[in-house]
Amino acid sequence: MRDKILMVLGVTAMALLARNILVIAGFPNEANQGAIFKIIFFHVPVAMAAMLCAAASLIGSVMFLLTRNFKYDALAVSVTEVGLAFLAANLVTGSIWGRVIWGIWWTWDARLTSALVCWLLYAGYLMLRRAIEEPTQRATFGAVFSIFAFIDVPIVIFSIKWWRTQHPQPVFWGGGSIPGDWYLAALLNLLAMILFGIVLTSVRLRQEEAQRELDSLRRTAHAF
Amino acid sequence: MAEFFRQVAVVTVKDLRAELRTKEAVNASLAFALVILLMFSFAFDPMEDTTREISGGLLWIVFAFAGAMVLNRSFAREQPNDCLDALIAAPIPGAALFLGKAFANFCLVMAVELVSLPVFGIFYTVHWTSQFPQLLMVLLLGGWALTVVGTIFSALTVNIRLREVMLPMLTYPILVPALMGAMQLTAGLVNGKPISGDNLSWLKMLIGFDVIFTAVSLVLVETVLVG
Repeated sequence: MRDKILMVLGVTAMALLARNILVIAGFPNEANQGAIFKIIFFHVPVAMAAMLCAAASLIGSVMFLLTRNFKYDALAVSVTEVGLAFLAANLVTGSIWGRVIWGIWWTWDARLTSALVCWLLYAGYLMLRRAIEEPTQRATFGAVFSIFAFIDVPIVIFSIKWWRTQHPQPVFWGGGSIPGDWYLAALLNLLAMILFGIVLTSVRLRQEEAQRELDSLRRTAHAF
Repeated sequence: MAEFFRQVAVVTVKDLRAELRTKEAVNASLAFALVILLMFSFAFDPMEDTTREISGGLLWIVFAFAGAMVLNRSFAREQPNDCLDALIAAPIPGAALFLGKAFANFCLVMAVELVSLPVFGIFYTVHWTSQFPQLLMVLLLGGWALTVVGTIFSALTVNIRLREVMLPMLTYPILVPALMGAMQLTAGLVNGKPISGDNLSWLKMLIGFDVIFTAVSLVLVETVLVG
């Protein structure tokens, strides 16, 4: 059953993505920037999907500390990995856009720096988990660090904003004039990313469960 | 409440006494700070005016690097003879143990900061004395941010592989806002400008960072220590 739902979700995400790519390719080029502007239809949705992942990871971590149920720990680690991939996609698409428009791959602007710090924080979370052998300790320490990271993110974004900002102001939800069907394309792309994220997380979740089962079997085998 | 602070004081005094008898963390940290100060002189021309502009940043990089050495030892010191288990089993709350260790680390980090500051001033002709009271306040606030995050992560990483690498890996990204604030404020102060205008908001941010992370650490420390 779970497999079938995952298949349906995955196929829907793929179909939606294919449809969006076709529609977006059909849009006229933006007057000043040309075709490269269209990267925003991916750049913004993956960033938002990454933020949702961070929120889900916080929920998983807090729930683990409250209930000590390893399901929540598996959720936290799976969703963090997926979120990290989304954030990496966000950084890479942004970098490509920057190369074309600004002529440089990277600049130490507020949003870029914050995104990079967030990426490093959550990469640190995964590294910390890898370094701890004992499952309960790994889950507990991971959850604690995840909470620290999540609290840090708004402060990082806030403080780095006080440094000079070079990143363009928000296009979609910042009062810019964007045609309605462009909005729709961006929203549908966000939906596709979220579905895609759910599928990836579920696959990773199953891996975690299998790993735990294996570990417990191994322990049982050693006991004899 | 008085009992709680007495317990904190006992842990602080114990840690400081252990450190002062061996001096392993402080000596290593100070020597490391000096080495970094030396390395900086090759990275750029120490007599340039720009050096003074970026001096706040350089100083805090030294503090962050040298501080990590002190913080690494904080919980690692308790590992031989299972002292950590004994400490956790002691009839004191985890928060008291954490605060006690944090205060001891804070004293050591401040000692390293206060020794490297004049050395930095001499080597790079930086006039750090002109706004000293305000500079001391920034050192205290930034030092506490470094200490509180470092101490809780020191507890987090004490049992794991690659402890020495993991602590800075985890601590520095979390510390980014606090370090930025401290760098910004220090750069102004060593150039003789008192804190005003924009820098006031950096000061508020630094204080806010200290308060938030002290509170979160106190809430979570029991979980980290006991599991």
